[in-house]
Amino acid sequence: MDNIGQKVLEVNNLTVTINGNTLLEHIFLEIYEGETLMLFGENGSGKTSLLMTIMGLGPYKIETGSIFFKGKEVTHLPPSERAKMGIGIMFQRPPTIRGLKVREILELIGHNSTDPEELAESLNFGSFLDRDLNLGFSGGEIKRAELLQLLAQKPDLALLDEPESGVDLVSISLVGEAIRKLLEKDVHHRRRKKAGLIISHSGHILDYVEADRGCVLVNKTIWCMGNPHEIIQGIRKQGYKGCLTCQK
Amino acid sequence: MSDLSEIEERAKKAKEKPAKYGSDIDLEKFTTEAPNYPQQDLGNIDLVDEERLLNAGVDITGKERSGSFIQVDGSVLHAVQTQDGIEVMSTRDALETYPWLQEYLWKIVPVDSDKYTASAELAFQNGYFIRALPGAKSKFPVQACLYLKENKISQNVHNIVIAEEGSELHIVTGCATDSPELRALHIGISEFYIKKNAKITFTMIHNWAENIAVRPRSATRIEEGGVFLNNYVCLHPVESLQLYPTAYMAGRGAVSRFNSIVVGYPGCEMDIGSKGVLSAPEARCEMITRAISTGGKTITRGLLVGEVPDIKAHLECRGLILEGDGEILSIPELDGKVAGVDMSHEAAVGKIAQEEVEYLMARGLTEDEAVATIVRGFMHVDITGLPPVLKEQIDHAIELSEKSLL
Repeated sequence: MDNIGQKVLEVNNLTVTINGNTLLEHIFLEIYEGETLMLFGENGSGKTSLLMTIMGLGPYKIETGSIFFKGKEVTHLPPSERAKMGIGIMFQRPPTIRGLKVREILELIGHNSTDPEELAESLNFGSFLDRDLNLGFSGGEIKRAELLQLLAQKPDLALLDEPESGVDLVSISLVGEAIRKLLEKDVHHRRRKKAGLIISHSGHILDYVEADRGCVLVNKTIWCMGNPHEIIQGIRKQGYKGCLTCQK
Repeated sequence: MSDLSEIEERAKKAKEKPAKYGSDIDLEKFTTEAPNYPQQDLGNIDLVDEERLLNAGVDITGKERSGSFIQVDGSVLHAVQTQDGIEVMSTRDALETYPWLQEYLWKIVPVDSDKYTASAELAFQNGYFIRALPGAKSKFPVQACLYLKENKISQNVHNIVIAEEGSELHIVTGCATDSPELRALHIGISEFYIKKNAKITFTMIHNWAENIAVRPRSATRIEEGGVFLNNYVCLHPVESLQLYPTAYMAGRGAVSRFNSIVVGYPGCEMDIGSKGVLSAPEARCEMITRAISTGGKTITRGLLVGEVPDIKAHLECRGLILEGDGEILSIPELDGKVAGVDMSHEAAVGKIAQEEVEYLMARGLTEDEAVATIVRGFMHVDITGLPPVLKEQIDHAIELSEKSLL
């Protein structure tokens, strides 16, 4: 496979179905090293399906197209391989895993090189380390548990599914801070290596994490690539249907 | 008629009485005839496979133990206490030493419950007596091992455990066989008496073999402020296993907790249950069962009986079927006899959720690692009040079982 330069993620003409129904059609997407791309779309537009397909999860069937990560094709690799290559995902609604402690999953992900205590401290999550993963967690606690795992994994590309949904105002600043750390937002942009694809239907996360570009998922495909703030302003004025009048 | 002859008469009448649960075992196929082995020092015992014992939680070195008891078939090889205030001896010796012990025999396990209890009386082959004197607290667990060596042996033991007022007793019981091919039967009667403000943690690790039938019969009486923590682990194949221990919470504030972790393999028949009778105010009872099936049939039962107001009891059973032809039948029962009881149950039987496997794969675990992690988590039960050494034994047993499960 040819190396295609600084692109971290390249999605080419991706069409995805589930049980014969088309969810995503002719998706083209590129994300570069150090870049954060914001993907907007209303509920049910297929944003999560796109993230899951990039990670290799779920019952989705790729009808056409390909996915490249750091120049290597990953279209049909299992999620564990993609994770090892450097893709990480923050789930919107992760499952509960009884008996698996937060501490244990952090040790598994970090191959015992991560100090769970230190990591949890940064997200004020120390008291949750010996709790079963996601069992009885509130919305904000679920997000923090997800981000803790990503911080232990240190992915080169973080796929973040609605990081602000269900999070109260106190937790959202913690969540925003953790995402900034994950995406090396405090590193000068020229030296920044970590990339992110954040999906959001409200755009509130932009108040806490800067994004370089934005795009919209409407009618099963990508529209309106551009400045994320301008895009969300447009959506707030005209709704997602307004995007259909924009140039693709 | 004296008490003793009355007990014998009742046993004789129940000789053919089948048990309420579990398949009926033909006792004629087994014998109580076995060589008599002399008593030995712990370090010199060469009649047993050390590794098999260790996997059942019994350390032949006796390190970090407050006493040890080892019985092979009908012979007691070793019965020694190593801490003041904690007594360990064979039931036969204890009955000679303490005539009052007769008062504790067959008091909470009726001798005529079924043919197995009857057999344990009519063909009595010893067992262990463990007692914590008033106020004594075991620094380490007392270990007891019941070991099967002779082919076709029926090992019939009767154990008595007493925690006197204000005492604390930790016991680990390991059961094992000498060879995987051995065909044998184990009948174990255990009666636990927990006096006022006393505590017993009892951890039983069964490490039997594919041709072994097991019929434990046990009951516990808990007085005011007493605590009984019963942990049962059976993660290796066994031909037929049926048990239904009962806890009677007879004193105000008495507490009992049952934690059971069992794995059913193809060809195994397991009928695991427990019963809690709450007959004093502020009594508490909790039963938690984790059952995994890779084939065969596993029945998990639980019955809570609330006899007075202001009691609280909960029963939880989760079953995981790893292979297509496994079966888990979960039967939770609540019997509230008066107003003011607080009793609940939850039961769930299912397969490993693909969503959970994929979630862990997204963290970099392979599919096999993800499944192993989920199974390990499933078997992990938070047990409060368990000494670290016993927790290690349970974790070790779970670790060992993972390889054969997956």
